[in-house]
Amino acid sequence: MRAAVVTFPGSNCDYDLYKAVEQVGSEATFVWHRERGALAGYDAVLLPGGFSYGDYLRAGAIARLSPVMEDVAAFAKAGGPVLGVCNGFQILCEAGLLPGALVRNESLRFEGRDVRIRVERTDTIFTQDYAEAQVLRVPIAHGEGNFEADRATLDRLEAEGRVAFRYVDATGEPTEEANPNGSWHNIAGITNEAGNVLGMMPHPERAMEKLLGSTDGVALFTSLASSFAATTL
Amino acid sequence: MSRYSLEIRVKPRPGLLDPQGKAIHGALHSLGWAGVEDVRVGKVIYLELEAESGGVAQQAAEAMCRKLLANPVTEDFSVSLAEELQGASS
Repeated sequence: MRAAVVTFPGSNCDYDLYKAVEQVGSEATFVWHRERGALAGYDAVLLPGGFSYGDYLRAGAIARLSPVMEDVAAFAKAGGPVLGVCNGFQILCEAGLLPGALVRNESLRFEGRDVRIRVERTDTIFTQDYAEAQVLRVPIAHGEGNFEADRATLDRLEAEGRVAFRYVDATGEPTEEANPNGSWHNIAGITNEAGNVLGMMPHPERAMEKLLGSTDGVALFTSLASSFAATTL
Repeated sequence: MSRYSLEIRVKPRPGLLDPQGKAIHGALHSLGWAGVEDVRVGKVIYLELEAESGGVAQQAAEAMCRKLLANPVTEDFSVSLAEELQGASS
């Protein structure tokens, strides 16, 4: 797999994504947000976490106007896999590539800790290497991760099975206590209608090493990589 | 062309939980303002704009809100023309 990692001013998880892609034997390249036409030839596009444009106005609101985002939209429309993590998820929502919005955490605090999420879908290009209802331990680090949408959109997301991950407790139940930010229905990640765009607040790219607490993010990157030809490094 | 000053108010949509407003609500209660029933926090954006008329300036600001300044999923907006500024170019 050849993955493009888009860097915005204020991205801070771009190297983590780059390393995660390398770790599963694939090739990653940084693409600066002002570049046009730079996504041709890539198998996947990854939008990293961080604080693009200082989260001014709203998280992701300015970044989605970056020149590269027109190419990201075209890439997604053509069926190419696009993953947005944390700020990347916020940017995808602001860009209209995913429905809903991410607002201030209910706690009003920046939440930086490990949480548990349950895999709700194993038939996507991002999650095929996970087991059905597998509970993962992954870190979150965000102040605006509270997923909101109008009622009709939420019903539609649930009816179409587009919730990819949900915050759960140790027994795999989506309880209120297990919800770190107040998201509707404990939503931690969703896909677009076609399933090729995934946005999630937790950081799978920070759950790649046992030494750092969890390796539960690895399968997301192997899922993605196994869909494409192996690249030789 | 004249220069206009506009005030754009962006506020959380009704029904949407506003944790900031809730926290301030609690703080006001703790200070003794028990009558405070609801607090919601929005933002005001002050804009200066050159336009042919006040109406055109207003329309432009509303377009800016739909495109960037407010998120239609979570926020409502209103635009008010504050004043026509002195020293405008003609």
